[in-house]
Amino acid sequence: MSFNRFQGTDTYLVTPELRDAVNVAIALQKPLLIRGEPGTGKTVLAEAVAESLQMKLLTWNIKSTSKAQEGLYVYDTVQRLNDARFGEGDISDIRRYIKLGPLGKSLTSEQRVVLLIDEIDKADMEFPNDLLHELDRMSFSVAETGEHFSAKERPIVIITSNNEKELPDAFLRRCVFHYIAFPDRTIMADIVRVHHPNVEEELLKQVLLRFYWLRDLPTIRKRPSTSELVDWIAALQRGGISTYTLAAEMPFLGVLLKRENDVEAVLAMRN
Amino acid sequence: MFVDFFYHLRRFGLKVTITEWLSLMEALVVGHERASLDAFYHLARCLLVKRETDYDTFDRAFAAYFRGIENGPDITEELLNWLEDPLLPDISVEDRAKLEALELNELLQRFHELLEEQNERHDGGNRWIGTGGTSPFGHHGVNPAGIRVGGGGSGGGSAVQVAESRRFQNLRSDRILDTRQIGVALRRLKRLNKSDGPEELDLEASIDASARNAGEIELVFAPPRRNRIKLMLLMDVGGSMDPFTTLCERLFSAAHAANHFKEFEHRFFHNCVYETLYTDISRWEGEPTTNVLANLDHTWSVVFVGDAWMAPYELTNVNGSLNYFHRNSITGLEWLQRIRERVPNSVWLNPMTSEHWGATSTRLIHSVFPMFELSIDGLTEAIDVLRGSRPNRPLTAPLSKTSYF
Repeated sequence: MSFNRFQGTDTYLVTPELRDAVNVAIALQKPLLIRGEPGTGKTVLAEAVAESLQMKLLTWNIKSTSKAQEGLYVYDTVQRLNDARFGEGDISDIRRYIKLGPLGKSLTSEQRVVLLIDEIDKADMEFPNDLLHELDRMSFSVAETGEHFSAKERPIVIITSNNEKELPDAFLRRCVFHYIAFPDRTIMADIVRVHHPNVEEELLKQVLLRFYWLRDLPTIRKRPSTSELVDWIAALQRGGISTYTLAAEMPFLGVLLKRENDVEAVLAMRN
Repeated sequence: MFVDFFYHLRRFGLKVTITEWLSLMEALVVGHERASLDAFYHLARCLLVKRETDYDTFDRAFAAYFRGIENGPDITEELLNWLEDPLLPDISVEDRAKLEALELNELLQRFHELLEEQNERHDGGNRWIGTGGTSPFGHHGVNPAGIRVGGGGSGGGSAVQVAESRRFQNLRSDRILDTRQIGVALRRLKRLNKSDGPEELDLEASIDASARNAGEIELVFAPPRRNRIKLMLLMDVGGSMDPFTTLCERLFSAAHAANHFKEFEHRFFHNCVYETLYTDISRWEGEPTTNVLANLDHTWSVVFVGDAWMAPYELTNVNGSLNYFHRNSITGLEWLQRIRERVPNSVWLNPMTSEHWGATSTRLIHSVFPMFELSIDGLTEAIDVLRGSRPNRPLTAPLSKTSYF
């Protein structure tokens, strides 16, 4: 098996560390756990992997109420009960009421797919443990019908976490882990160029200078992220802000800072 | 020799398990075409380290282990010497093929055998590689392209240099603590039970009841589950606590913002608790400690925040209070013990790191309350005590009477 399957895409730049982590996960067929600050491209990574390997992407967005079982399948008892009462459909065929979730779909797919389990830390703390068996064996049973499904092609599983909750050790042991560090200036410049190919070098330099200055301010509570920087540059370009203006003031600060206190703190500092 | 790295990491406090180590071995077999110290660094980190808070520890361990290999023109030579295997450069084509065909199960078995051997003789590690270069790692050593170190576009520098630059220092969980992290830690502090109040539709029970009722819909209502934790936060303010003001503010605002407690109260004190607890930071407004205590019972949890650092007499003497005009007839230590008796579910968070807990006053307070650092790790442990999943034990080593003064 070749090791270097994932190399990033035209629109998604990948550090060698992240590229290695993705390829290890693919080669060893283990779930890849990605952590990092918001806006560092955790979710987009799954899309990039799917695109570059030409596989279908299934997304499972985790909420605080998500249960592991829902990812596999849901037995729609209420629908069946309803059908039974009003005499609709064939209620003897339970399979009609088994609705596969994203994990269930990825394990029953004919082709190899990429499964993104997004923001796993939002769910209950026991949630990751409930997934262990399915992720290890890549198979599951439907208790109601007695059917057993085993993945023909083990999906590439990418899990993201914002670190809101500590994940259980047993779960972590089975994952390949990568922490996306916040990009440094050089990488950030490359990322910006992907989104704004026509950005002037001088403007970019000034923008990055301001951006990292803002991020390093200790008074800022919510530090601006990559996506906010990209939006800011778009705003600056549309507003026709020249490099000279930028050097003197910080226009469209609201694009970067979302908290009133932070904006005030920056303005106070500049005065 | 190479398995030493496993023990080396564990010595640095990384909880690397055998399963993870085997995954690394497997990855080295699979990804052999890209063997370099850089690649090894990436591989080892993503398979052995599962928290960014441990990245710094891993970097230090890695740098300590591989230091001296990255410099000089004779890297290949040095790395090979380090592997201590003279057979490696002459590996035959057949052996190479055998290596590539090495199955995981075989590898696993071999690994276990070697582990056992390692237990018997601690110096015997080099046999692991010495047996004709069957080690997957050793195999990399002979790959001429493999020992390329440095470059690779990873921001410059060899893996060891990268490791030595300790980029992830700021992520260490024992260093940083912001309001959100505290809030997340506090969220773990809950004990659920059915509460009174308006009832909610219990969907599961309704379906069950309807099914038993031959499909006639029957709705079941039940009281919702609520957290019954009642938290009292007692904070030391002023004086030696001033350097920790920001940290304490964060803890306070996180606890205050946490809306999942059944009740949340806070009081302030200076250095030690005496007969008055204050409701404001400037300590003008207060209420008798006995009143506060009367409203607390074993269903409450009490969290102290303070550096526990003061003159011992402030704890042990009548009229020992730091305030000259303040006369206390009951010693500070006695007050603390009363609180502990009233609320056994109590802990002390200390913003100073544990190596500074040697002072007599600190040890005295530590002998009353379990004490933890005011860091993410410490807070998590303290909350485990309050949840009952960690023994609620103060320091047991008794202090001799004379050492009080």
